[in-house]
Amino acid sequence: MASNSFANIMELSGTDWLNAELSTGTTIMAAEYDGGVVIGSDSRTTTGAYIANRVTDKLTRVTDYIYCCRSGSAADTQAITDIVSYHLDFQKVEMNEEPLVETAAKIFQELIYNYRSSFTASIIVAGWDRRKGGQVYCVPLGGMCVREKVSIGGSGSSYIFGFVDSNYEENMDKEKCIKFVAKAISLAIDRDGSSGGVVRIGVIDGKSTQIERRIIQEEQFKLL
Amino acid sequence: MNFYNSVNFPINFNNHQDISESSDIIKHFHTPITTATSVLGIAFNNGVIISADILGSYGSLARFKNFSRILQANKNTLLGVGGDIADFQYLKELIQGKMIGEECLEDDIPLKPASLLCWLTRVMYNRRSKIDPLWNNILVAGIQDGKPYLGFIDKLGTAVEDKLIATGYGAYIAIPLLRDALEKKPDLNKQEAEELMKKCMEILYYRDARSFNKYELAILTTEGTEFKGPIEIKANWSISNDVCGYE
Amino acid sequence: MSSIGTGYDLSASQFSPDGRVFQVEYAQKAVENSGTAVALRGKDGVVFAVEKLVTSKLYEPGTNKRIFTIDKHVGMAVAGLIADARQLAETARSEAATYRSQYGNQIPLKYLNDRVSMYIHAYTLYSAVRPFGSSLILGTYDKNDGSEMYMIDPSGISYGYFGCAIGKAKQAAKTEIEKLKLADMTCSELIKEAARIIYLVHDELKDKYFELELSWVGKHTNGIHEKVPPHVQEEVEKSAKAALEEESDSDEDI
Repeated sequence: MASNSFANIMELSGTDWLNAELSTGTTIMAAEYDGGVVIGSDSRTTTGAYIANRVTDKLTRVTDYIYCCRSGSAADTQAITDIVSYHLDFQKVEMNEEPLVETAAKIFQELIYNYRSSFTASIIVAGWDRRKGGQVYCVPLGGMCVREKVSIGGSGSSYIFGFVDSNYEENMDKEKCIKFVAKAISLAIDRDGSSGGVVRIGVIDGKSTQIERRIIQEEQFKLL
Repeated sequence: MNFYNSVNFPINFNNHQDISESSDIIKHFHTPITTATSVLGIAFNNGVIISADILGSYGSLARFKNFSRILQANKNTLLGVGGDIADFQYLKELIQGKMIGEECLEDDIPLKPASLLCWLTRVMYNRRSKIDPLWNNILVAGIQDGKPYLGFIDKLGTAVEDKLIATGYGAYIAIPLLRDALEKKPDLNKQEAEELMKKCMEILYYRDARSFNKYELAILTTEGTEFKGPIEIKANWSISNDVCGYE
Repeated sequence: MSSIGTGYDLSASQFSPDGRVFQVEYAQKAVENSGTAVALRGKDGVVFAVEKLVTSKLYEPGTNKRIFTIDKHVGMAVAGLIADARQLAETARSEAATYRSQYGNQIPLKYLNDRVSMYIHAYTLYSAVRPFGSSLILGTYDKNDGSEMYMIDPSGISYGYFGCAIGKAKQAAKTEIEKLKLADMTCSELIKEAARIIYLVHDELKDKYFELELSWVGKHTNGIHEKVPPHVQEEVEKSAKAALEEESDSDEDI
């Protein structure tokens, strides 16, 4: 593989996509609200500066009640999610019970921690279970795992820490929380070149095996 | 290597990348990603006190603002850990697993702090010998045979015992303050030790850019353990009035 | 078990013509020779009581314990061959530890019971191994799932119980347990009953000395399995002896 300066030349000449890895240059987010969690993301996948997919779905099912938001290498995060999903499906059959969000986060952590020198994966795990209701866990690069009320990730997140810190409230109602998440992601899309497209939203409240999905398009951003 | 744009890396890996990409050198060690800064400990006349802030840093980003890293191993041992948080969580589980094993023996002989410290040096040294160190500083504090005990292990498995221990930035900033205080009064009581600790945490907040204004304290004496916090530092910025311009 | 021998009892991997596995039944006999163990499950926890027979005064007190801690939240009382039971305790402990490290929380008792049962059952299938000569009672308390209790016998079969007795005097103990309204009782009430039952079923003529082992896991211990504190042990033993004397007094009246 080329040295770094060569990679820079490629980016400047607009041919970087030839060698760059497919990745979800991203803004992802999850927030706990009154009866569950809201998850959200942008929809851009890039190889270098080329947009490989402008309508990507980065909200990925792990079980019916647990989803994850992926950032980092698309290949790595998909492989990891598939493995976690397999483990939890197996556990569900063995225990005859829906897996806990905590357990999902723990398996994500175990994989990312043990293979931290090979993976580029930073994941937010969000979901609902009977024990603790809506929960959000953050599993970043090095493979730590921590529960947060609201969590953001991906390249776009750096632009919205201030917004999220000052606007998140505990026990919001569903619509307010959706609006908050959508607003945050739209702000990141505005400023981050690696994030873009539409805002995808998912709501997990444990009432249905299907999560409620919404899409917010560019022209609606200013209305948020 | 544009895929690095996709996630926020806490540090710049570029130089490192040059080496491993342009030759056949295989990377055999990890660099810390999410980190925690100093841990301080003081042994006083009838116990020990340790403190650590509750920040998890992601490079210079103050990422996790409520992360506790003081734990109680058993009724006479406390641990405070700094460095990589993912490695800390691994260590925490390892220690808790060991403690369950100890409890299962039901022999009413609790593991002593020095024994736990010794065991931890083996864990740390084994990992450094695999050129895959656990990137942590561990402070072990407790009561050993009725006396206060304070020890420290670094990521290479080197162990130190002392009456005063500070890791990370604390080693540069807090140690002189602690030594000075102890020179003036060698036998501190609990209250004095706590005051001294609070002062050190405040100074560290002023001078360590990876520190935080909220921290936890744990005090272990023969009477038991006391956890305090998160304690918020009331910073004093009055000197800012005296500064105007840069000359 | 009328037909001893007849050639079908030499291996655990062979059925007798009437469909029995004698080696497993012999293992169950080994359990029945052991001191009684009782466990009671109430509304806020599980209590364990074991009649640990002491065959010689020369032994140190407190040795060869028959109540084990498997994980913080799981207790186990055993009857039968103590050495076999210790191996099973180790198996159960490593199962619980593995679950912890893989899934990040404590093992559900139902799952632990499944795993240990499977392990015990595997030892009833092969000619090269001998079945375990022990029965186990596993118990736990969790604030979400309440109290739970299972008993596994040498065949690897297990059931969930509210009250359970294994060992020598299991019949007599079960009769006593059936008189209790277990589902409404608290740990502090149950521990008295468990101790009383052990004293009651102890056969003073055949087995002279015994130590009473007591432990519990419940709401009051924060879901942690531990042996009962010395003052409770003392108090409970005293009331068990008193109850026993009262009973023998009333017998004399008749």
